[in-house]
Amino acid sequence: MTAPTTPAPPTADDDGPDTPGSPPVDDAFDRDVLPTPPGATAALLRSLLAPMKARVALTTVLLLLQQAAVQAGPLLVAYAIDSAVPAFRRADHGPLIAVAAAYLLCGVASGGLQYAFIGASARVNQDVLLDLRGRIFRHAQALSVDFHERYTSGRLISRSTTDVESLRELLNEGLQELVTVILSFVYISAMLLWLDLGLGAVAVASFVPLYALVRMYRRRAGRVFTVRSTAIAAVIVKFVETMNGIRPVRAFRREAVNDAEFRALNHRHERINGDAMLEMARYVICSRVVANIAVAGIVLWGAYRVADGTLALGVLAAAVLYLRRLYDPIDRLGMFLNSYQSAAASLEKIAGLLAQTPSVPEPSAPRELPALESAYPGREVVFEGVRFAYRTGGEVLPRFDLTLPAGQTVAVVGATGAGKSTLAKLLARFYDPSDGRVLLDGVDLRDLAVPELRRGVVMVTQESFLFSGTVAENIAIGRPDATREDIERAAKAIGAHDFISALPDGYDTDVRKRGGRISAGQRQLVAFARALLADPAVLILDEATSSLDVPGERAVQRAMSTVLRGRTAVVIAHRLSTVEIADRVLVMEHGRIVEDGTPAELVAGTGRFADLHRAWRDSLS
Amino acid sequence: MMPTKPAPADAEDRTDHADDHSDDRSGHSHRSDHAERSTVRTLLRLWPYVRPVRVRLSTAAAVAILASCVGLVIPLVLKWMVDGPVADRDPAGVWLGALYLLLLGLAEAGLFGLRRWLVARPLAGVEAGMRADLYRHLQRLPVAFHDRWASGQLLSRGTTDLMLLRMFLAFPMTFLLVNGVTILVGVIIMLLQDWTLGLVILGPAVPVVVTCVVFEKRYADVARLAQDQVGDLTTVVEESVLGIRIIKGFGRHRSQARAFRELSLTLRGTELRKARLLSAIWGVIVTLPELAIGAALVLGTVQVADGELSAGTLVAFLSTALALRWPIDSIGFLLAMTQEAATATERYFEVMDAEPESGTPEEAAGHPEDTGNAGNAGLRFHRVCFRYPDAPEGSPPVLQHIDLHVRPGESMALVGATGSGKTTLTALVPRLHEVTSGRITLDGRDISTMPRETLRALVAVAFEEPTLFSASVGENVLMGADDRAGRSELDRALAVAQADFAHTLPHGTDTQVGEQGLSLSGGQRQRLALARAVVGRPRFLVLDDPLSALDVHTEAAVEAALRQVLAETTALIVAHRPSTVLLADRVALLSAGRVAAVGTHHELLRTNAEYAWLMSGADTPDPGTLAPDNPDPDTAAADTPAADTPTPEIADGREEAHL
Repeated sequence: MTAPTTPAPPTADDDGPDTPGSPPVDDAFDRDVLPTPPGATAALLRSLLAPMKARVALTTVLLLLQQAAVQAGPLLVAYAIDSAVPAFRRADHGPLIAVAAAYLLCGVASGGLQYAFIGASARVNQDVLLDLRGRIFRHAQALSVDFHERYTSGRLISRSTTDVESLRELLNEGLQELVTVILSFVYISAMLLWLDLGLGAVAVASFVPLYALVRMYRRRAGRVFTVRSTAIAAVIVKFVETMNGIRPVRAFRREAVNDAEFRALNHRHERINGDAMLEMARYVICSRVVANIAVAGIVLWGAYRVADGTLALGVLAAAVLYLRRLYDPIDRLGMFLNSYQSAAASLEKIAGLLAQTPSVPEPSAPRELPALESAYPGREVVFEGVRFAYRTGGEVLPRFDLTLPAGQTVAVVGATGAGKSTLAKLLARFYDPSDGRVLLDGVDLRDLAVPELRRGVVMVTQESFLFSGTVAENIAIGRPDATREDIERAAKAIGAHDFISALPDGYDTDVRKRGGRISAGQRQLVAFARALLADPAVLILDEATSSLDVPGERAVQRAMSTVLRGRTAVVIAHRLSTVEIADRVLVMEHGRIVEDGTPAELVAGTGRFADLHRAWRDSLS
Repeated sequence: MMPTKPAPADAEDRTDHADDHSDDRSGHSHRSDHAERSTVRTLLRLWPYVRPVRVRLSTAAAVAILASCVGLVIPLVLKWMVDGPVADRDPAGVWLGALYLLLLGLAEAGLFGLRRWLVARPLAGVEAGMRADLYRHLQRLPVAFHDRWASGQLLSRGTTDLMLLRMFLAFPMTFLLVNGVTILVGVIIMLLQDWTLGLVILGPAVPVVVTCVVFEKRYADVARLAQDQVGDLTTVVEESVLGIRIIKGFGRHRSQARAFRELSLTLRGTELRKARLLSAIWGVIVTLPELAIGAALVLGTVQVADGELSAGTLVAFLSTALALRWPIDSIGFLLAMTQEAATATERYFEVMDAEPESGTPEEAAGHPEDTGNAGNAGLRFHRVCFRYPDAPEGSPPVLQHIDLHVRPGESMALVGATGSGKTTLTALVPRLHEVTSGRITLDGRDISTMPRETLRALVAVAFEEPTLFSASVGENVLMGADDRAGRSELDRALAVAQADFAHTLPHGTDTQVGEQGLSLSGGQRQRLALARAVVGRPRFLVLDDPLSALDVHTEAAVEAALRQVLAETTALIVAHRPSTVLLADRVALLSAGRVAAVGTHHELLRTNAEYAWLMSGADTPDPGTLAPDNPDPDTAAADTPAADTPTPEIADGREEAHL
């Protein structure tokens, strides 16, 4: 978030890819690596933790105290053996009572502090996750449509699910583990050094090879994990693609071929998975060998000195008990490194996402649209010296001027790739122009806050995604405060009422995931009803009738003629039938408006529209 | 000491079952007893996958038990050293003791490493094998199954669940046994050394178990609740990404963000409740054993002072008690992992138990009708009925009494209002769905008696939703042909579908497309899907609205080329528009799941009101509408052929359209 980077340009606009020159084939998006400014990951972590400094400090103190209480045990054992036993023999029960009291205190303290610590750290963790989830969500929503067109939905979803999950695991288990391990290393080393400088020194010396081992493991395992995550990603992609395309898979008898391809990918993952486990086995052997040699060495030397009389028996006993605790967590350190590694990778991806700046930012000083002058809702649209190009070059719309008077219905026609959708997206402010301004009743779209902008301009696309919830809720997205009557009126106007009433629960039918068995055409009708309900000044329809059958399209056009009255409308369609309801037609070619006039004028002329119209007529004869 | 990441999060949630496992002390409810048994039964289903690696796994378990016991011997060596050579001031004995320690330590390290080495490859293999089986099975399940299951649900079974199972086989399965043995041996060692101290150490076992039983149920409930809430949150994320254009188009991102925040706050609350339960459990679990060890220490010190106990025994005793802490603490989370593994197994077999597409009966090969007379040539539906297998009882069938005959070489357009069952009907031909009753025959052969492979080789399909796979353009198209097809077939198919743009892609027809490659527009994908359908020169062709995403120019060009292809195949074409209908020789009108009329386009236009209504919309074959000589559309409307059978709506629409 600290260093905004230039968002990479869209590769494939909805109507762009027929011109294959523009999309850069090999870019960061395809490799799922967004440019992450150096230090962004650390900065992200810092900014997440900054608001809870005090609580992080509290948590740390709790853990420090808890470890102190836990690690006091062996020390008390030493005191009991070396002081309490002789004292007890002298009938001095004081030291023993002291040991008992101290042990009781430590036991209760370690339990109580553990209790407090889990509670405190859970609050910190949950607040960090809440913050991070919210940031990803809000940022993804703020990023512009061109970003979403390139950063596939799957990636975005895995950023806010699996990547956050791996951070959650690190926070919940790994981090506490790491701090505990480090603390116990420090405490135990200090205790051992205090009990006996020599024994302590040997224990500390053993850290050197252990540290080298951990580093080596981290390096080697890191390599294996990177390969493994790529391998499992390939397996996942193949899996999802097959399941989502199960019909063509079946119809074209791809099962056997797919089995073979999947087997190869799966086998690669199997091998690298085995490698990862073997790497861990190696680490376990090596670290245990070092630890056990150290234990044997310390016991040898200690026992020798006890035999010599230069070391108290209790000290040796305490040292042995401490050593067990000292080396216990080494394996877990390895496990921690695993979860750390995957969390670090996840956090970096999240940081990369958050470092993207929205290319369509919200205004800092929003303006309002002027009050409507007439009774009609329409507003005037002016494209003033507008040019649009991707940031890598690749000009889609050369500089042009265009005025759409309030209340006019304008049809935009042209071949695939002519720039129709880009024009619409500029008007809907899904994109901002590279040069020039788009004005709505004289106000630059960039100066309008989102709610105001959407009172002004609403766009219905050919996509007919339904959100989970009821049909009524899906329509109400157009205007959340709409009553059931408003919703039904909108549905009736567009000809959707009949099929909705025929659904099992009518308007309260749950559409389930992705629309269930509501057909594509029906979903498009719901999308229309939603747009009607929104009641905008300017309505953009981008191929919005492509899935409708003829009567459906008729019904929509009929409704449009009422709905569009007095409203400014831009209608994009492949089918010339749409032109019928337009007051004016724009013909686009290679990003330029090549013809502009009423439908009748253009048909009467000799231009491209006349040709198109003739072709269309021929196709019908 | 064990190489497992402790999982305190779930550590205690199944600890009551520790009871069920290790011995049969009372205290567990009937419910948990039952749950445990079914857990075991569920996990037993893994046996066929584990069987091939059973030797390795059991060897590994034996090795782990050995390693654990070696760990328990170490304190005994310490005792021997303290009470023997150290007390006797015998340097040689000290050396010997240290040597024993070293050897035991090396053995322990080696054995634990050996265990991991033994299971690494076999377990990766088990996981991969199960995944491959799942994938294989899923590819062969009926399409109706896939309609019901979101791919994400299937994916989580193929990834997370299988990883859980691998981890279960690697740790809990082995270590429940290993730790049980370790605890048993450790307790015996302690009781043998000093039974009073042993009993003191065992003292907290009962309260710890009781605590865990009390909290287990509550924790499990909260944990499940948290899981569900994560699922809800994921749904919001997914939809907000997939529906981004709608959210942006209507400026609803604030309300989305609010909904998201509310859900994540709820989740946070649940997670904190989970943490509170956990912290209570851990408070008990840490405190009680610590107090027991303290009591043992005080008691032991008194005994040592009294001379009833050697110092070495006390050291060994405490050392053993310490060594047993991990095995005891871990049983809780091992059982939690076992429980999770059982759930994962259930989820896995939920899919694996689904019936794949039924096989083709052998005897049917010699069906009398196979001889096929001339009347049965082509594609024929005989009184076909269909309802979705998961349709509610009593709902009307999607298709009923369909009798339709597409003659050899003929193209039949299928026209009908939205929801009349057109797409469903086309799905029956390649047997993506099975007819509920009736028969479909290809040249007289009942398709239900043909192996699906053969059937699907005969019938090529282009779907309404054109799906491309992660492969090159060429590979995607050639999927529709047999393996011998090459460059020339590819070029011909691309030409027919007007998909020559493929040659101008960055790497030509080798350009990667699909999820992993270049994204193409809807129209481009549709043309490639069409090319795929025609590349193999199939006997039977099924096209579901193949031109919906094309612009007028391209549509006209595709139609021209497609005409030649259709001349030599038997085709069923779902059509929404007159231009597509005109590709076909005859038209069948589908109305509410029945064939209402069959005839040529012009016949039906004249004779069938519904058909005329369906076709007479804006795309009505009336070139005059916008013709220069007749610029007033209102007047034009009156001249349309559709006006022969005007419906009131149309008349209204015509007028309103130009108000």
